[in-house]
Amino acid sequence: MAIENKPDHDDLLHISPEMAVAEGDVRTTEAVAYVRGTSLWRDAWRRLLKNKLAVFGLIVVVIVTLASIIGPTLIQRIFGFTPDYIPTNDIRLTRSFPPFTNPDGKFSWAHPMGTDNAGRDQFARVLQGGQISLFVGILSTIVSLLIGVSYGAIAGYFGGRIDNVMMRIVDALYSLPYVIVVIVLLSMFRSQTPRGQLILLFVALGSVSWLTMARIVRGQVLSLKNQEFVLAARATGVSNARIIFRHLVPNTLGPVIVYATLTIPQIMLTEAFLSFLGFGVQAPLASWGSLASEGIQNLAIFPWQLIFPGVTMALTLFSLNFLGDGLRDALDPQMRTI
Amino acid sequence: MTFSSDGNLLEVKNLRTYFETDDGIVKAVDDISFQLKRGETLGIVGESGSGKSVTNLSIIRLVPDPPGKIVSGEVVFDGTDLLLLPGDAIRKIRGRRIAMIFQDPMTSLNPFMKISKQLMEMTQLHLGHTKGQARAHAIRMLETVGIPDADTRADNYPHEFSGGMRQRVMIAMALSCEPQLLIADEPTTALDVTIQAQILELIKKLKQETGTSVILITHDLGVVAGMTDHVIVMYAGKIFERALTTELFSQPGNPYTNGLLRSVPDPLAEQGKLYQIPGLPPDVAHLPPGCPFAPRCDRAEEICRREFPPFVQLNADHFSLCHFAREVYSESGGTPV
Amino acid sequence: MLRFILRRLLVTIPTILVVISITWVLIKLAPGNFYSGEKRLPPAIEQSIREKYGLDKPWYQQYGKTMWGILRHLDFGTSLRYGGQSVNTIIKRSLPVSATIGILAYLLALLVGVTAGSIAALKQNSKWDYSSMALAMLGISVPNFVLGPILVLVFSLGLYWLPPSRWEGFPSRNLILPVLTLSALYMAYIARLTRAGMLEVLRSDYIRTARAKGLSERDVVLRHALRGGLMPVISYTGPALAFLLTGTVVVERIFALPGLGNYFIQASLNRDEPLIIGIVAFIAIVLLLMNLLVDIAYAYLDPRVRYQ
Repeated sequence: MAIENKPDHDDLLHISPEMAVAEGDVRTTEAVAYVRGTSLWRDAWRRLLKNKLAVFGLIVVVIVTLASIIGPTLIQRIFGFTPDYIPTNDIRLTRSFPPFTNPDGKFSWAHPMGTDNAGRDQFARVLQGGQISLFVGILSTIVSLLIGVSYGAIAGYFGGRIDNVMMRIVDALYSLPYVIVVIVLLSMFRSQTPRGQLILLFVALGSVSWLTMARIVRGQVLSLKNQEFVLAARATGVSNARIIFRHLVPNTLGPVIVYATLTIPQIMLTEAFLSFLGFGVQAPLASWGSLASEGIQNLAIFPWQLIFPGVTMALTLFSLNFLGDGLRDALDPQMRTI
Repeated sequence: MTFSSDGNLLEVKNLRTYFETDDGIVKAVDDISFQLKRGETLGIVGESGSGKSVTNLSIIRLVPDPPGKIVSGEVVFDGTDLLLLPGDAIRKIRGRRIAMIFQDPMTSLNPFMKISKQLMEMTQLHLGHTKGQARAHAIRMLETVGIPDADTRADNYPHEFSGGMRQRVMIAMALSCEPQLLIADEPTTALDVTIQAQILELIKKLKQETGTSVILITHDLGVVAGMTDHVIVMYAGKIFERALTTELFSQPGNPYTNGLLRSVPDPLAEQGKLYQIPGLPPDVAHLPPGCPFAPRCDRAEEICRREFPPFVQLNADHFSLCHFAREVYSESGGTPV
Repeated sequence: MLRFILRRLLVTIPTILVVISITWVLIKLAPGNFYSGEKRLPPAIEQSIREKYGLDKPWYQQYGKTMWGILRHLDFGTSLRYGGQSVNTIIKRSLPVSATIGILAYLLALLVGVTAGSIAALKQNSKWDYSSMALAMLGISVPNFVLGPILVLVFSLGLYWLPPSRWEGFPSRNLILPVLTLSALYMAYIARLTRAGMLEVLRSDYIRTARAKGLSERDVVLRHALRGGLMPVISYTGPALAFLLTGTVVVERIFALPGLGNYFIQASLNRDEPLIIGIVAFIAIVLLLMNLLVDIAYAYLDPRVRYQ
């Protein structure tokens, strides 16, 4: 932490009282700042907890995630339905029931979200959809993180022409109809195995949103790279790669975490609409998006087929966004650009 | 409600401006009183965080609210208490009778507007000029502050001027309506040393020509010595010493002032360590009981840490906030009354 | 300024060609063909189809032929599925549909978003601020394929106020639901951007100067703050248009509107190569031109950028 405005001894008459601080106390200031630095996370956590909306978001996200992970198994234990279970023993059951009703029209706990056209329990399907949607969202975010952080860190560290060229590429990519090309990509290779399709989806989704992450990381690295610890590392002969990834990147963790939390809902939205159009997750796997595209077919007669996956998704995204906002405010209230 | 003015243009009485922060209540300005006569220049000296800028923002009620609030006190300007005026009344005074210039001219001018428009705005609003009159007046003002080629340069944008020029433009803008009081908040801090001198000379000259009273805020004692008639030294939101400038420099009555003066190195003195006031500026949200300067004062005693010091009158125009004001004053050669 | 435009155009044209080429490569690489439907065709028929559409020629000849047509007369060929209609005709026919909802949606988003965001900034931390920002958050979180059907459920099937789908030209009540669905996301985003931009500007030194000059709050906001505060919204226009395009695709599907997006999806599903390439190229051109316009506008509005 360098002290700016070192007194200029050539200009003796203009030393101000601000500089009237003893040398020893300068070191104390630095020490205090360093100690403060390590409890940055605790401060941020405290601030986050004060933000009621963010806490609400966090709770909902945790609930939905847990429900998606253990939900389908629990439902199987209690009611005996798996998400794919089609009741073949009774033809009356192979149709769509509204929530909380059974075939006789009376109240029943069995299907809180109703059933789809083939009699499958919607609740289990929505939860399983959640598994896929969250999984795809988080993994794709990680992909985009890896690409974006590396790219941005390299560009920021080397600066100069390399930085120029790399950022020009980012600018060019920004204005392209990226998603359109991704749609073409996905539609052309649709007939892969569902697993292959998923991997393709990860790559496709991850490659759409790394741009902003790269920009953010580059900005951070640019401002960090002139600090003394970098000079020290260079002076002791640490290789560039080590400096970038062991020293600089960890210091960009704050904005990266915030932006990652905000990227997850964006990616989930993209996956959902790709699946909705038929290009994302393929049967037999289902995500909220593909559930919605099935549900919309019978909108007029069985509206719950669309509403439940849709509202669940909206709630989850809502909570993720609030959480991301809260994290941003907690880690650095001045980082808000939107 | 008007007060008798005693020839005072401005009387600030017991001004308190507090800020609500996450850390607690910050008493940025805590019970400040001072006067300013017509035609005089008052200097306000202090470190950052001493409350000097907030004092001035309080005078024209520009304190950001939230989180700041003028809690109590009176600001009597030419007979009227500004703190009691309704919104549109105070707006008529701002710019017209009290003008303010700020520290950083680059950020203080609107980067999206031509200089001419920013100047013309003033007179069109306050003096009712037409566009033509306003423009002519603006060009005259630019010439007065020493902008060459004023007619063409008036249509430039702020970023097309150098730092010193921009500050001149700010001064031109401030003086457009011939205000009675000019408040200059660290006008030269952001400028090069050579430009600093020019700007200060300009302010001095204009002041003499128009008879405007000036409040000059700075942390630079050299500026204070050359420009002001009397001085206030602020620390932790309070006035620590108030005196005629000449007396403050020759016979200070407060240990803090002593410390400040000793920090200015004497180029003629022998080689030795440069003096610095020990310790750090105070955390104004968590002030210790007693004198705020006690932790750093070289003659602090038990009473200083326990009790808040009295505001001692040393002579007609000299006041000091200290338990040992008279002693300090005597030591520096003064004779307390 | 002119040099700036020319330089940008010089970069844009190769970029478009690269996009077209990449798309072409993707299509060619993919397994399957446009004609491989449900049943396998007998080899003779398959061969004659391939000959007819030039698919039996080596790849560089096919590439060359496609690009030549494009570069020479912007001719993207004939659709492989829509019986002999030229791609250009299809694009010309479907463009007005997409353009209408797209432009209307964006204008609506600007109008509502900027107003709401400005008021939220001016009345920071008030009830208005919190509720409009919460609503904006909702707008960002609800996917358009959920919002659209819900709107249809409520306003068409429930209340019978508005027709649920079909394209009836401009102006007509059929436009209301698609436009609303499409603009919700951008309205929300723009509201938040405006609020943040205005808050930033209102904190700046030159606004403090404007107030110190005695200007009324109204003048301070309208004459000084708005200009700087809206900059983020203006630079958002570029990416916004890109997203708007993808939003249009979904909305057209939901409301069965014969726009570019709908044709694009169909073409992708059908592997209709000329149509896919045609639409992608068209979209790329439009986007890049719009971005250029936005950059010019930005430079014009910010004098600091102008003189570079």
